[in-house]
Amino acid sequence: MDALILSRIQFAANITFHILFPTITIALGWFLLFFKLRYNATKNYKWMDIYFFWTKIFALCFALGVVSGITMSFQFGTNWPGFMATVGNVAGPLLGYEVLTAFFLEATFLGVMLFGFRKVKPWVHNLATILVAAGTTLSAFWILVLNSWMQTPVGFVMVDGRAIVTDWMQVIFNPSLPYRLVHKLLASGLTAAFLIAGISAFRYLKGYKSPSVISALRVALVAAAFLIPVQILMGDLHGLNTLKHQPQKVAAMEGLWNTQKNVPLVLFAIPDEKNKKNLYSLEIPNLTSIILTHSKDGEVKGLNAFKDNPPVKPIFYSFRIMVGVGFLMLFVSWIGVYYILRKKEFPKLFLKAVFYMTFSGWVATIAGWYVTEIGRQPFLVYGLLKTKDAVTTVPSAHIALSLTLYLIVYALLLTAFITTIFYMAVKNKDKEFTKEEIDPRTGQRRSIIIGA
Amino acid sequence: MMDYFFHGGPGLPYLFAFLMGLSMLIYGLLDGYDLGVGILSYLEKNKQNKDTMIASIGPFWDANETWLVLGIGILLIAFPLAHGIILSNLYLPVFLMLIGLIFRGVAFDFRAKAKDQYKKHWDTAFSAGSLLTALAQGYMLGFYIVGFKLTVETFIFSCLVGVSLAVGYCLIGANWLIMKTSDQLQKKSIRWAKFSLAGAVFCIGLVSLGTPLASERIFSKWFTYPNILFLLPIPVLTGTLILWMRHILIKLPLKNDQYCWLPFAQTAIIAALCFIGLGYSFFPFIIPDQMLIVQASSANESLIIILVGVAIVLPILLLYTFFSYKIFHGKAEEDLRYD
Repeated sequence: MDALILSRIQFAANITFHILFPTITIALGWFLLFFKLRYNATKNYKWMDIYFFWTKIFALCFALGVVSGITMSFQFGTNWPGFMATVGNVAGPLLGYEVLTAFFLEATFLGVMLFGFRKVKPWVHNLATILVAAGTTLSAFWILVLNSWMQTPVGFVMVDGRAIVTDWMQVIFNPSLPYRLVHKLLASGLTAAFLIAGISAFRYLKGYKSPSVISALRVALVAAAFLIPVQILMGDLHGLNTLKHQPQKVAAMEGLWNTQKNVPLVLFAIPDEKNKKNLYSLEIPNLTSIILTHSKDGEVKGLNAFKDNPPVKPIFYSFRIMVGVGFLMLFVSWIGVYYILRKKEFPKLFLKAVFYMTFSGWVATIAGWYVTEIGRQPFLVYGLLKTKDAVTTVPSAHIALSLTLYLIVYALLLTAFITTIFYMAVKNKDKEFTKEEIDPRTGQRRSIIIGA
Repeated sequence: MMDYFFHGGPGLPYLFAFLMGLSMLIYGLLDGYDLGVGILSYLEKNKQNKDTMIASIGPFWDANETWLVLGIGILLIAFPLAHGIILSNLYLPVFLMLIGLIFRGVAFDFRAKAKDQYKKHWDTAFSAGSLLTALAQGYMLGFYIVGFKLTVETFIFSCLVGVSLAVGYCLIGANWLIMKTSDQLQKKSIRWAKFSLAGAVFCIGLVSLGTPLASERIFSKWFTYPNILFLLPIPVLTGTLILWMRHILIKLPLKNDQYCWLPFAQTAIIAALCFIGLGYSFFPFIIPDQMLIVQASSANESLIIILVGVAIVLPILLLYTFFSYKIFHGKAEEDLRYD
């Protein structure tokens, strides 16, 4: 294999691993703030119990996100030198602003948030929690600005093969940013919500039926029930935005080979890239035309209308996985809200379903990323720079070596992460807070330290 | 003056080269003590002491590591052409460093949360990750000094610089622990510091000799009259500080823990002096003897945009970094944990 394909696999592996953790922390930070504020308002200790449990998972995710993120920032140079050489004037400042405004903020105040709660005043600790949550969100903003710009580049001119920015406001608020940013933030909210719900359901099933576990489960289910319809709507709007700016991506998502009117919605099929048609297609007539053009006989451009097309199969399948998981989320969270409103105990079958959905946010997020990133191929920066023109000249043996080891390390860390959080979920089963242990002023445990 | 900084003058690229070097220096000092403590933690078998050592860097390591991202970020932002060349040349050591940083960073969290039977493996991963990171960084520095020319001699030189940097990190890590711990652990740290200091002296000497030998240009920059007169304070000051540190390390610990911060401060100044020496050697090149700072730089418009950000954000950043160090000022206590 050559450097191009190896570098692509390596970057894909890296970003796939990386995205798992920020997707959790971006929203989990705000959940933590919510738990803390609930304690401040009610003085009910169960909220601090939830807060402390999820703080530990937050810290773990944060560390995993940081180390894999640093790896990525180096890979721009080690594997894709052509990227910075061509669009460095755009990408550089955006990444720089991320580091300056967000990265230091979240890293520094995470230290205060984790280790400072016995050392600082309650309001300082609240502030630190807010700044950590704000920092992770701001970080997501800058990264998505750059990613969106790579999808819909505007606000620059090319001089001697290098992009020179003419309007920073256009670069930052490029056409796909608002949709992508909201879509991603909602995805993060859903990922964190299902993680909290899933782990809480797991604890409940293991007989850990404390008020804190039940409250966490309820908060997470209600949050998910609110977020998922908004997300489905947002996904639709994002799709329309993509149709406008990257029509071949939408054609690949829909499995549409030829430009036509009355486009059916392909529920499932096996795309045959060689003969440019779908096999075993299961369709609903006219629905894609209605979704994309708001008219039954609206015309949609097919893949044959374009020159540089992305590979169809991975986009087509990933898109269906994302949408499928989305509707599953809707179904499960709304049933959960039904039980909550009826003040019924959650049935065991339902709890099991929620437990199986623990990592559903990850599945949907990664599938969605594959749709949008593979959908940008063969370009690295859409219409401007092809992926193959940006790759390194490093010998492919070196890349093969690093790729292999990265894959081993990531597999190891992912296994460690999942086993550790489930271990943490059942570890301190009988170590609920008692009133005596808590300092009512701060909501912190007094001097007693319960083993790690 | 205006023309020097704007309208294509070299002022802005030089300013960014300085900022990049400064970030790297701050990184070397701050993550240096984290990594040093990480390496030294392998030598400490007592569980409680080990926990205290690791607790002493707990609130800081994450933000410390960010200076590396800033440094490499400035290289990427301000000098995109050099960025690709440097990182392509350093492909394998960068990869090893990243693996080291990954294990160091996650072991920090896993060791406190995983099942007891795995804890010792994460402890090992923490020390090994710290060591691997230090060695790889030193190797990169060495390979950079010789301008990425791979021969048997340069490879050996780069490896030696790798070991040197690891020893240097141990020195600053031990001095950090002298400041942050007490009693028996502090005494142990003083012993570690003495050993590392001897190693560091050897290493500074090695790099100081190797750098001018690696390039005639650097040799003539240092060893011609009158340059040598202006530059004399650098080695003289460094030597004085080393002797002074040796002296104080023998005396420590003093009553009321006086001067426990002094060796750390001395190490910081020595590092800064070494940095000035290296900076002087390389200027005006960004890749030694191959590419000038001005040849590698971005469009001035992009640099100005970043400069505005740096000017606004850097003071705030330093302020809250100071604030964070103030919160965790004093000895690392056992309650410096959140689990």
